[in-house]
Amino acid sequence: MRRVLPHLILGLGAALMLLPFYWMILTSIRAPAEIFDVSLWPVPRDFSAVQNYGQAASTVPMARFMLNGVIVCGGILIVQVLTAVPAAYALAKLRFPGRRLLMALVIGALCIPMQALALPLFVGLARTNLLNTYFAQMMPFFLSVFAIFLFRQSFRSYPDEIIEAARMDGFSEMEICWRLVLRGSLPSLAAFSVFSVVAHWNDLYWPLIVVSDMAIAPPPLGMLFFSDVESGANYGALMAGAAMITAPMILCFLLARRSFIAGITMTGVK
Amino acid sequence: MSQQSIDLRGVSKSFGATRVLEDIDLSVKEGEFLSLVGMSGCGKSTLLRIIAGLEAPDRGSVFIGAADVTARDPSDRNLAMVFQSYALYPHMSVRQNIATPLRMRILTLPARLPLLGRLLAPTAVLAQIDTDVSKAAETLQITHLLDRKPGQLSGGQRQRVALARALVRQPAAFLMDEPLSNLDAKLRAHMRDELAALHRRLGATFIYVTHDQTEAMTMSDRIALMIDGRIEQLGTPDDLYQRPATLAVARFIGSPTINLLPAEADGEGRVTIAGQSTSILARPGPLTVGIRPEDLETGDEGLAAEVLRVETHGPDRFLTCALPTDRSTVTLRQGASARPARGDMLKLRIPPERAHLFGSDGQRVPARITGRVAA
Repeated sequence: MRRVLPHLILGLGAALMLLPFYWMILTSIRAPAEIFDVSLWPVPRDFSAVQNYGQAASTVPMARFMLNGVIVCGGILIVQVLTAVPAAYALAKLRFPGRRLLMALVIGALCIPMQALALPLFVGLARTNLLNTYFAQMMPFFLSVFAIFLFRQSFRSYPDEIIEAARMDGFSEMEICWRLVLRGSLPSLAAFSVFSVVAHWNDLYWPLIVVSDMAIAPPPLGMLFFSDVESGANYGALMAGAAMITAPMILCFLLARRSFIAGITMTGVK
Repeated sequence: MSQQSIDLRGVSKSFGATRVLEDIDLSVKEGEFLSLVGMSGCGKSTLLRIIAGLEAPDRGSVFIGAADVTARDPSDRNLAMVFQSYALYPHMSVRQNIATPLRMRILTLPARLPLLGRLLAPTAVLAQIDTDVSKAAETLQITHLLDRKPGQLSGGQRQRVALARALVRQPAAFLMDEPLSNLDAKLRAHMRDELAALHRRLGATFIYVTHDQTEAMTMSDRIALMIDGRIEQLGTPDDLYQRPATLAVARFIGSPTINLLPAEADGEGRVTIAGQSTSILARPGPLTVGIRPEDLETGDEGLAAEVLRVETHGPDRFLTCALPTDRSTVTLRQGASARPARGDMLKLRIPPERAHLFGSDGQRVPARITGRVAA
């Protein structure tokens, strides 16, 4: 009993977490008549998956939304890593005046919500005629203090003697940072990538502000257009679309799962 | 193997308000094995790191050969360092680890890149690097380990890889920061022999930092004993053991530690040790007498002492004895043939020529011996 109980509790918690996903999948394969059925039985009376998924894929350019999502999330992630890794290395391993102050600023910046900056960013992008571009969707997220913090925590545990051996061998600081220290923190890179990609793939708030052109809309905004087009009536197709845009994220997490968990536990972030 | 002398001139270093090194002058000759010995916190590692260029001195300069290298980067000094933790690159194979110093020095940045590099690096250069790596691996007998990762090696094997990585670049000098302290006792003794043999074979300059006096005594040509950021005494192992310049040196060198007894020289200079008059003459005033455990003799007369403990170390026995006069204890080293027991009363004699005298300032005091026989 003692061994079963924890699993039972965890199982219940997991079931609760997974219920919305299950509901989404269930709705996406049900016929419109069955949508408001409260039954959780997995086999619908009228199997309508082909119809719903077909409609979701054909009514709106789903592939286009996905591609937009890949471009935006990829762009954000690349610039975030390029900027955060050297900053984190400097904060973790180099001695220079003002280091503690800079670290305090990083921690402070963690506390500022995106929403507080939305207006000035919007005005800035509007003035420079950059609204409705990929750049506008990515720009506010290029510098991630969360990434700096996460990498700094992880880099701190890298042995100083290896860094010193590298300096004597003739590595430049950038080579030490990228080829040795980041190499030793791949789990935290994986963990951060999952955080970043999931957050920006699912983000609706910012694209809603800067994007009105459907051709560059990321998946959640695309879904919004879709539900508008369908005036919200066809939930089956809507959920089919949602299932399609969620799938890459689930896949991404499953692939990086082991590293993700190692990265999180290693850095003591959660 | 190229070899160079290393000179330190007036090197000082502070961390915040703490003075770590004070005005250090030290000359290490070409091909010499010099140990920096001291307790932790005495500044020996900082001094080594200043030589390596990993730390900049506040004042003073570092010379390698005739060149002032004080302002040079660590990689431009052509020194090799072996770290306490070995500091091998964890994601590289042993072969890559050993090749790294050469690759970094010979290849350009694009040619060092992981994938592109294979196309850019000239084949002849890569072949030369391979040959050098094999040679270094052969010297340290780790050829069979070349394709493993450091994580799959034992401590002793990692140590050899670290040495091979140091060796391969043919440095001006080898710097070693407590390289044996992570090994178990037996392996440590073995590696000590190997290091000494390596030094003889290469004829290279070695600067070796350790807190372990046995390592320093057994391997070094000369020892610099450091206390509180100063070099307390610089000399051969024999110098330090036989003629310690200060009380602190006498205390540090020797195991078991030297016996120290209060003494006094009267107006005529005649020295009295623990109430017993002796034939030693010295400058009048209070003194401390040091006598090595193996130099104490037992006999029919002398200082009365009671055996408190007997420790057997194979060929030797160490006796801890209490002096009734001031309740201090002394240690005696005897051969295994002696059979003392706890509680036995002994008479201890201090051979005058073996006594080390120190003044109240801790400096060695010169002594003479009169012809008279005394306790």
